[in-house]
Amino acid sequence: MRLKWKISILIAVSLALIAVYLFVGIPGNWDYILPRRFTRVLAIIITGSVIAIATVVFQTITNNRILTPSLIGLDSLYILLQTFFIFVFGSTSIVALNANINFAISVGAMVIFALLLYHLLFRKQKNVYYLLLIGIVFGTFFSSLSSFMEVLIDPNEFFMVQNKMFASFNNVNTDILWFAIIILVATIIYFWRYIKYLDVMALGKEHAINLGIDYDKVMQRLLVVIAIWISVATALVGPILFLGLLVSNVTYEFMKTYKHGYLLLASALISIVALVGGQLIVDRIFSFNTTLSVIINFVGGVYFLYLILKENKAW
Amino acid sequence: MKKRYLIVLLLVLSVISLFVGVIDLNPKDIFNLTEDQKEILLISRLPRLISIIIAGVSMSICGLIMQQLSRNKFVSPTTAGTMDSARFGIMVALMWFPAAGPIQKMLVAFVFALLGTFIFMKILDKVKFKDPVFIPLVGLMFGNIVSSITTFFAYQNDLIQNMSSWLQGNFALILQGRYEILYISVPLLVLAYIYANKFTIAGMGEDFSKNLGMNHKRVVNVGLVIVAIITSVVILTVGMIPFLGLIIPNIVSIYRGDHLKNSLPHTALLGAVFVLACDILGRIIIFPYEIAIGVTVGVIGSGIFLYMILRRSAYAS
Repeated sequence: MRLKWKISILIAVSLALIAVYLFVGIPGNWDYILPRRFTRVLAIIITGSVIAIATVVFQTITNNRILTPSLIGLDSLYILLQTFFIFVFGSTSIVALNANINFAISVGAMVIFALLLYHLLFRKQKNVYYLLLIGIVFGTFFSSLSSFMEVLIDPNEFFMVQNKMFASFNNVNTDILWFAIIILVATIIYFWRYIKYLDVMALGKEHAINLGIDYDKVMQRLLVVIAIWISVATALVGPILFLGLLVSNVTYEFMKTYKHGYLLLASALISIVALVGGQLIVDRIFSFNTTLSVIINFVGGVYFLYLILKENKAW
Repeated sequence: MKKRYLIVLLLVLSVISLFVGVIDLNPKDIFNLTEDQKEILLISRLPRLISIIIAGVSMSICGLIMQQLSRNKFVSPTTAGTMDSARFGIMVALMWFPAAGPIQKMLVAFVFALLGTFIFMKILDKVKFKDPVFIPLVGLMFGNIVSSITTFFAYQNDLIQNMSSWLQGNFALILQGRYEILYISVPLLVLAYIYANKFTIAGMGEDFSKNLGMNHKRVVNVGLVIVAIITSVVILTVGMIPFLGLIIPNIVSIYRGDHLKNSLPHTALLGAVFVLACDILGRIIIFPYEIAIGVTVGVIGSGIFLYMILRRSAYAS
């Protein structure tokens, strides 16, 4: 019963914040402003909840509260792709300007990369930490390449790359949004039947196998779903490294439960609260000379340092 | 690989490095150089060679010391947050003391690098789960946290581009008068050599070294201070060179073992040879332009590191 109360509170808060974001402070011109704000809120809801859910699932699989699926190098691959497009084709080319093509190529490349990574690893052995370490090495490799191109790019064109380096909800294209929603709904329907396994997998590999779960198979499928989610979210708004970590850990503290049905829902809601609230603060209250993702990474980073340093039995 | 082969290789590569560049210099003319050529040699080529060798040697040794002290083969200045902390320090210096000279900047960077490395060691103490692959993950997370804080302030102050041009590993900007601060690491390397046996003992664990009558805490602190100073100096003059401190000590330890006094000279030589080779490669590939050292080492280094991880897991299974 207490869990349902907490969920209801979260729903109420997020709806209130969304309403404030949508309707407060419109100086007329509703027809123009409202649809734009609506797109932005929709983008926030989608990316926020997808990143949060992916992180919680990932942390359950790895049995570790300080890891995030962003670590496997997808962020750096995304930045490398964007740099590469502008470096090779220029800022006026169709790949740089047409958001649909850009989105399709980015998502495709990221998913293929993740699948190759999994393939490379699961054929050899099955430790998830190796997966992360190799992902990070690839990440460094990608960013070495992109920093090399960044130095050679014309400074004016570099600004287009820099815009993509920090996540932003301001310029989300409506077409892509629907495309992303379709992909996400399909994967979530696929994911639905695995939710019940997560509670068991949280007990650890041995117990899960003992209780009759085909552990490796379920884990691989979930990892593929996670890769798709993170790729779509990254291609939609850009990389936000610490959002998932921040949200998932706040969720564990707040919910104090191990039931994944509640955890997943709560993490998505908390993520929406954090992003909409954060966007409100950035846009309306302070005129911060910064983007929301930078603030989220900053807050997430500091909170995380605190989590790591305080005596923590969870990992 | 014998030590003398490495020395010969280093000498050959050094000569090549002196004579590769946009302005033609020929080994034949070494005794009758024109005034211009002499200047090129003294102002640009020679400082470059010296700084490459010092940076290569000292970053590899830093990695070796850190791996010994943390007893984990995957720890290095890149994977323990040292580099990111030093970067944070430089950002603080740029923000608050924009007029500071390189020495002051280095001091600030050093304080932060030391602090960051200590925090990482503190975290290591608290990690109960000692999977060897998990430790560098914690370090990289920690590094990410520090650099996200750096980004926050850098973005506020429009320093992002400034920072990245400062910190991209690059020997092309090394000229006479801009690299001498690197010499600070030479006495530290000597100190590291003197302490080598103590580091080896410290690597056997706290209880064991106390049993042998050694002040474990002091030795660890000396090691961390050496690592922090060297890292800040190299970052300030050359920039970030990823993976260097990780792969060189590991390659050496595969064929020389973990006795520090034996493996230190090899690590130093191999580090210098590796960086020198990468630098020459970067200068030749797209001649007359050049690829920054951070990129060549990043690309080659990640290849080698991947191979090492996969090979290690082949042993484990």
